[in-house]
Amino acid sequence: MGRVVVIGAGIVGACCALYAARAGWEVVVVDREGVAAGTSSHGEGNLLVSDKGAGPELDLMLSSRRHWLALGDELGREGLELDEKGGLVVAASEAAADVWRAFATGQREVGVLAEEVDPVDLEPRIVDGLAVGVHYPQDLQVQPVLASQTILEAATRLGAVLRSGSPVVAAQRTASSSTWRLRLGDGTAVEADRVVNAAGPWGGEVSALLGGPVPVLPRRGFVLVTEPVGPIVRHKVYSADYVDNVGSSDAGLQTSCVVEGTRGGTILIGASRERVGYDRSMDPDVVRRLAAQAVALFPVLADVRILRTYRGFRPYCPDHLPVIGPDPRCPGLVHACGHEGAGVGLAPATGAFVAAMLSADHGRAPVEVDGVATAPFAPGRFGEAVPA
Amino acid sequence: MTGADVVVVGAGPAGLACAVTAVRHGLTVDLVDAGWAVGGQYWRHPAPVEGADGAGAVTAGEVAHLHHDLPTYRALCSRLEEAVAAGRARTFLGHEVWTVGRRDGGWEVAATQRRAAGGRHAPGGGELRVAAPALVVATGAYDTSLPFRGWDLPGVMTAGGLQALLKGHAVAAGRRVAVAGSGPFLLPVAVGLAESGAEVVGVYEANPPTRWGRHLPAVARNVAKLAEGAEYAAALARHRIPLRTGRMVVEALGTDRVEAVTVARLDATGRPRPDGRTTVAVDAVGVGWGFTPVVDLAVTAGCATTRTDDGRHVVAETEGRTSVEGVYTAGETTGVGGAALALAEGERTAYSVLADRTGHDPDAARLRHLDRRIAALRSFAAAMAQAHAVPAGWVDATAAETLVCRCEEVPRAAVDHALRDREARDARQVKQLTRAGMGWCQGRVCEAGCRALVADRIGRPDRSAATERLVAMPVRMRDLLGTP
Repeated sequence: MGRVVVIGAGIVGACCALYAARAGWEVVVVDREGVAAGTSSHGEGNLLVSDKGAGPELDLMLSSRRHWLALGDELGREGLELDEKGGLVVAASEAAADVWRAFATGQREVGVLAEEVDPVDLEPRIVDGLAVGVHYPQDLQVQPVLASQTILEAATRLGAVLRSGSPVVAAQRTASSSTWRLRLGDGTAVEADRVVNAAGPWGGEVSALLGGPVPVLPRRGFVLVTEPVGPIVRHKVYSADYVDNVGSSDAGLQTSCVVEGTRGGTILIGASRERVGYDRSMDPDVVRRLAAQAVALFPVLADVRILRTYRGFRPYCPDHLPVIGPDPRCPGLVHACGHEGAGVGLAPATGAFVAAMLSADHGRAPVEVDGVATAPFAPGRFGEAVPA
Repeated sequence: MTGADVVVVGAGPAGLACAVTAVRHGLTVDLVDAGWAVGGQYWRHPAPVEGADGAGAVTAGEVAHLHHDLPTYRALCSRLEEAVAAGRARTFLGHEVWTVGRRDGGWEVAATQRRAAGGRHAPGGGELRVAAPALVVATGAYDTSLPFRGWDLPGVMTAGGLQALLKGHAVAAGRRVAVAGSGPFLLPVAVGLAESGAEVVGVYEANPPTRWGRHLPAVARNVAKLAEGAEYAAALARHRIPLRTGRMVVEALGTDRVEAVTVARLDATGRPRPDGRTTVAVDAVGVGWGFTPVVDLAVTAGCATTRTDDGRHVVAETEGRTSVEGVYTAGETTGVGGAALALAEGERTAYSVLADRTGHDPDAARLRHLDRRIAALRSFAAAMAQAHAVPAGWVDATAAETLVCRCEEVPRAAVDHALRDREARDARQVKQLTRAGMGWCQGRVCEAGCRALVADRIGRPDRSAATERLVAMPVRMRDLLGTP
């Protein structure tokens, strides 16, 4: 055991810090801004099994879901705002309904609970005439900023230290041993035996700085927040085409309808996806499109006002899988980024992966962690010729 | 006229001066404002009243006595009317701009119609969308509030709120009114109330006049301001309004609405003294701690901001040009300085737009004059900001249970907890941990208090960036339908 520096104090970095501290590592978390200042505070806090087809990401999510429930028991559900909200996927046409039924069959085979329902039974205010609804009681919700903070505080109680407000600007690795020296923007330095790249969408830039580049790119998304209106929408409700959008690699704008209520009584409306770099500009057309889709699904929303909108950047990988594991090119570097829109859901399982890998010999990650195969997430899958 | 050269948001002194100057030099202008008449808050005028007979309508004449420098206003209005008649300008009043975005290499302003005053009918709906190669953000400023015990009681308002009721509705907010806070703006509010028949029990100015002593050169450059101050001092005396300096309202008392305020003297360090407090019966109180620039649209457009010494965010600019090409600003958005400065900046910004759009070389002598005037007025504004700073001990007027954020009902204790026990280091983190600023007003009311609490507890100014409000006004989803 020795010291590990986690770069990034978002939900993934917080979980890496907690699980590493529990494994006995001395942990330092560095963040250029602060806790959950990036993507973790710009999403909805979804822990979804429903949007993942049978495969490695769903395996990881099912494991992560167990971790989340355990964290809820250990740290208190209130501090995470952990809510067993449940998801409802709806399809308007019979053709889309059939596609989704087949998708759900595959999910059930790996242990996902998916029950066909009449959407109106679960959501009385939903539009009439939908072809199908599939209820996913295992879908959860957390408040990602509070959760990041609460999890980091738990890590702090185990001795972890947070250094926020300054970015990592340079990294050196001594030739003799695998000791790292990271220089921060404020002129200070941190030395460590291991470095974890939990920089979310900035994971690509950070990985290049560390000498082990991985192809993580930002994928922009807008979320609308309405005035408080009470429990009009009870579940996370989304249209079946959402999964196609998530899985697409198109750089252009895609929107699909995702609507959910929050504890505060506001309604959150998503989701848009577009690859426009870190362009932070407002795009009123995206807001118009999201509003139109939400009103089509819940007509009662027509007279509800949008109070604010925010946009964030998902950490996107070309194969839509996160990058978790030791970098074969850089001894001591472990990646934990590229979770796209699923980072909150996958964060605890990622933390468990990272904790298991920190102790492994260079390049020899365990084949499984918590019964989940690690190979699909390995940084080596992109080959050596990863562009910087 | 399709598609103007410039779209100006805000028809206050800055926006009006900018629009009129741009038209005079050959540009076409679209002017958008939420008010029912041009003039902004400074020259705020009554709304038209819905209904066949217009019963109860307040006329401009009834509020004329409340206004300052009306000849300038009337001259600007008549030049704007001429421009509209000539097809060189369009005005879109009663329109609230909810956002701005890039469109076809220029900028699109998206607005929805306001409900008519007293109106029972919702507006027709839909959006107004006007685009132009150049966008001028002249959105002014609004009152800065700080929390204190009882500030959420009905009848407790901002000083600007008292003023808006007077100018917009010819209504005094109460029969016995106290005016408090800091800044010369408190004086015209008190005089206006007295002239409208209210009894002003006192103007409680937190800062002693001696604070101006350090800024005599700035005063000397702006003798007109001195004359204005003397005019108000005379009016206060005429109406027998007591002006008490070095005092602040530390509590509003009452059950269903404010019935009295407690006034404390401030010690040399700006802390309210425990001794010698007085309780004054009132049925309304207005407290103003200066003004916060409305920078939402500029931030949405991506413009850089800077922070003033007192922790407010202003749009960074040079001669009205922001950091974003095609986006300009003028008036309070560049730093609060009053109507005279806003007029000068509005004109100056129009010349920058003109130069960028047409390559036309504006009148060099006029530019020199404007630049000198802007520099002088800004030096006065800087002196004013220092002379009327929020006293260091303002937090003593709050209790642990005082609501900092009224929309989300966040007490000061919750903010303290975030700062002390959860290691929040700036207002952004406080907001995310406590929900302060996430409610209906989106932090417009409570952000100043949150930032000031952070500064008080951390011991240095809050460092978080300007709050992004990509939706500058709540917008009904129905109004956004029918567009792609």
